[in-house]
Amino acid sequence: MFRVLFLFHLRMKRRLSSDKENSSSSCEEQTEFFKRVLHPSGDSGDQDFSWAWLPQEILLRVLQCLSLLDRAFASQVCRGWNQAFHMPELWRCFEFELNQPASSYLKATHPDLIKQIIQRHASHLQYVSFKVDSSTESAEAACDILSQLVNCSLKTLGLISTARPSFMELPKSHFISALTVVFVNSKSLSSLKIDDTPVDDPSLKVLVANNSDTLKLLKMSSCPHVSPAGILCVADQCHGLRELALNYHLLSDELLLALSSEKHVHLEHLRIDVVSENPGQQFHTIKKSSWEAMVRHSPKFSLVMYFFLYEDEFGPFFRNEIPVTHLYFGRSVSKDVLGRVGMNCPRLIELVVCANGLRPLDEELIRIAERCKHLLAIGLGECEVSCSAFVEFVKMCGRRLSQLSIMEEVLIPDHKYSLDEIHWEVSKHLGRVWFPDMMHTW
Amino acid sequence: MFQDQSEDTAACFPGFLFAAFRGSVKRPVFAPLGDILGVMVTNTVHWFRKGLRLHDNPSLRDSIVEADTLRCIYILDPWFAGSSSVGINRWRFLLQCLEDLDANLRKLNSRLFVIRGQPTDVFPRLFKEWKITRLSYEYDSEPFGKERDAAIQKLAREAGVEVTVRISHTLYHLDKIIEMNGGQSPLTYKRFQTLISRMDAVETPAETITADIMGRCTTPISDDHDDRFGVPSLEELGFDTEGLPSAVWPGGETEALTRLERHLERKAWVANFERPRMNANSLLASPTGLSPYLRFGCLSCRIFYFKLTDLYRKVKKNSAPPLSLYGQLLWREFFYTAATNNPRFDKMEGNPICVQMPWDRNPQALAKWAEGRTGFPWIDAIMTQLRQEGWIHHLARHAVACFLTRGDLWVSWEEGVKVFEELLLDADWSVNAGSWMWLSCSSFFQQFFHCYCPVGFGRRTDPNGDYIRRYLPVLRAFPAKYIYDPWNAPESVQKLAKCMIGVHYPKPMVNHAEASRINIERMKQIYQQLSCYRGLGLLASVPSNSSCNGDGAGGGPGDSSQEVSGAGMLTCPAPLNPRELICCLWLLLLLMSQHV
Repeated sequence: MFRVLFLFHLRMKRRLSSDKENSSSSCEEQTEFFKRVLHPSGDSGDQDFSWAWLPQEILLRVLQCLSLLDRAFASQVCRGWNQAFHMPELWRCFEFELNQPASSYLKATHPDLIKQIIQRHASHLQYVSFKVDSSTESAEAACDILSQLVNCSLKTLGLISTARPSFMELPKSHFISALTVVFVNSKSLSSLKIDDTPVDDPSLKVLVANNSDTLKLLKMSSCPHVSPAGILCVADQCHGLRELALNYHLLSDELLLALSSEKHVHLEHLRIDVVSENPGQQFHTIKKSSWEAMVRHSPKFSLVMYFFLYEDEFGPFFRNEIPVTHLYFGRSVSKDVLGRVGMNCPRLIELVVCANGLRPLDEELIRIAERCKHLLAIGLGECEVSCSAFVEFVKMCGRRLSQLSIMEEVLIPDHKYSLDEIHWEVSKHLGRVWFPDMMHTW
Repeated sequence: MFQDQSEDTAACFPGFLFAAFRGSVKRPVFAPLGDILGVMVTNTVHWFRKGLRLHDNPSLRDSIVEADTLRCIYILDPWFAGSSSVGINRWRFLLQCLEDLDANLRKLNSRLFVIRGQPTDVFPRLFKEWKITRLSYEYDSEPFGKERDAAIQKLAREAGVEVTVRISHTLYHLDKIIEMNGGQSPLTYKRFQTLISRMDAVETPAETITADIMGRCTTPISDDHDDRFGVPSLEELGFDTEGLPSAVWPGGETEALTRLERHLERKAWVANFERPRMNANSLLASPTGLSPYLRFGCLSCRIFYFKLTDLYRKVKKNSAPPLSLYGQLLWREFFYTAATNNPRFDKMEGNPICVQMPWDRNPQALAKWAEGRTGFPWIDAIMTQLRQEGWIHHLARHAVACFLTRGDLWVSWEEGVKVFEELLLDADWSVNAGSWMWLSCSSFFQQFFHCYCPVGFGRRTDPNGDYIRRYLPVLRAFPAKYIYDPWNAPESVQKLAKCMIGVHYPKPMVNHAEASRINIERMKQIYQQLSCYRGLGLLASVPSNSSCNGDGAGGGPGDSSQEVSGAGMLTCPAPLNPRELICCLWLLLLLMSQHV
């Protein structure tokens, strides 16, 4: 018994250390391997002891360590192992990979396997995710599978677009009816990730009606058919919700107040994407008092905000104090806005700026160092900072800066420091060896 | 297989003897004993591939020593040329290099022999026909080059031909760098620099081939040389040259050396050895640009290296030059080192250093990008310049590569490699694939947060938009305010510019804000999985020396972590699939080995 475990262990180890591309050997070879494990002394076998009598619990533990493919090979060895292959415990979790050869480089889950899972294991599934490529066929296939999961009780469901979001291209009604099958049947859904899908308010109502006691995580960035009222209904009734991800247009004072109501558990994580849909778009503001209520209710919650705006669209942001912890600016952001960040983001932990205008960010960085006492990580792309100001910034933040990713181009040599000197100076203040990120030249 | 005959010749080849050469420099020269006795004739063939030059060409120089005849050959297959993936600009550059080589050889009473065919067919014939006893060529570090050369060496051995191979395309012996790194190619540029600083000094360049060096060595030239061995024309290779504008980058060693002088003059004049700041002018082809010449070996990287060193010492009063002085050369070296033992270097699948990403297969989007029809003037102008001239600035490469892959279109970097291979004069298998992996953040531990905006990046570089107007004349009349995002211009402005967006120039093919939101999230997920990082930070998701065993890592697939993770990520209790697991462990191993 231990020998089997040992052999499996050995095999796993061998696979890992062997050359990566040689890791997939032929089917026959694999089955042969397992047969050899079963009858180590050749075909005669030991009459006193049969590996087929291995206790199920042990076998289960072993099979749990194996990949699906290896489990399938093992299942071809004998009847006992074949039965073990179908133990419910091995089918709690499954990731459907739905790719078309015309639109993806990756392999897809075999249709026969999908069929078998639906027929024999639908009721065992608990943690399910669908990874679909950019083709509508793949999204449709995902919906077909979803609509057949009538006998299951999922805890986790993830619909993940690995390339261009393809669920959006489906007829909305088709998608909704498949999704509501899960909502209605599951009753104990706790994590739901449905970014970039045509989910709408009525389907969220169904979700709430059936899973309000269990829902803890909801990720739904870029779901254009959901309205602020739709998400408010979720927050009002799902008091266990701890993590939420959505676009800025769904964020409202009411939502924050609902999340910080007495009945509601502490929020752990709120992720907001601020994306401009059309040029010159006006964004609403969130009251300072709503954020304050949120922080009072959940003092430790993280607020992650990703901005993808043109410079002139930042008008309503960072006018008042905001409890943001992680900030990402995906596009050029003005000195003015970064100045406001320094003034109004006392909880800031990570700041990433992809680009800014042509003037150096010296005072802005110093102010951020002064006022954002929790800052641990900073990344600067196409920006400019004078070497002296940068050294000053690092000196003020000191060793707590655990991530410092600065493109070499960002640093402008001045009378105090050249580019060669700055890495010593910064390393000294950080207490570890540091270099700017290099860029390839031809 | 590879013979480095630089130092201990006498010890290794007792049949050879040392002799002082005619020049003032004393160095080992070896000649077959039989030759000295006048029994045997040494007929040499030097095989040009890269290294298309007479200066610093050690294998050619060694091959001439004590030889009676020398024939310099270049092998090309005209049937293959027309159908190959290499575009007309690159072929023209190559043919100009060959013309120049031929012209320079004529000055030595020699000629270049361009042989039509495939090396494996050509050599047995040549060995016999020309009674060849010695074959020389420059060492090729790339996997397919090594394979090809091994086959030719076998043929030479069978024919009793002695083979001389010398390194001159790179500054260092790449295998030694790898050996110093414990048998693995270094995967961060920083690590590479550390290794380089511990290497022996770069070997000094070999002296230029002159009439003196040729000595009594002659080239048998037949009357019908031009017909049989002349440099072919583009037409002969099947290209249509009608309306082809003259080359912005003329090929050849002579041009390369002129440019080198200009390059150094400018550096001396600026007296600043830091990287020049980017401006609108740097986007245009510069008469001091060297990259295509280094690629084809019209310019020796060692000559460049030593001339830079001399200049630096002269200007900076003998202070030791920093490694950053040689940036352009070291990057090249870095990618050659990374690729030399990896035949899958230009592929994602089966490439052990490449992160596996679920790229989209999207031929329509790819074609729009390659042909400059994306609707983003900044991207389209760059792709137009690339197609017309064969060269674009390195930041322009970053911009278009980011746009095609992780920034906007989510198309595989392998497709980008193919397009650059066709169009870019300085595209080398190793350097090209390496930079694409780099720019798409598929390897080399790159931070991926830095996503170039196809509107803002150009505007920052060239606020006036002159670069756009030069390569996209259709947008010429647009005011600077709208030239990077013409779809935002009011209709009246479009009318006045005589260019309606969607009619005369395409609308943007993607919503950049939306695409980059989706893509950055995807990159984050892929990297978090690789680095086993479960925190909220974006920067920490890229594995590095310090972050891999950071907060929240570990957390095995126990039931408690199955529902909601602290990371705000939906976690799935499935163990990683074997490939991911291998990749993850491999990354960990790498991190340990990269630790300085």
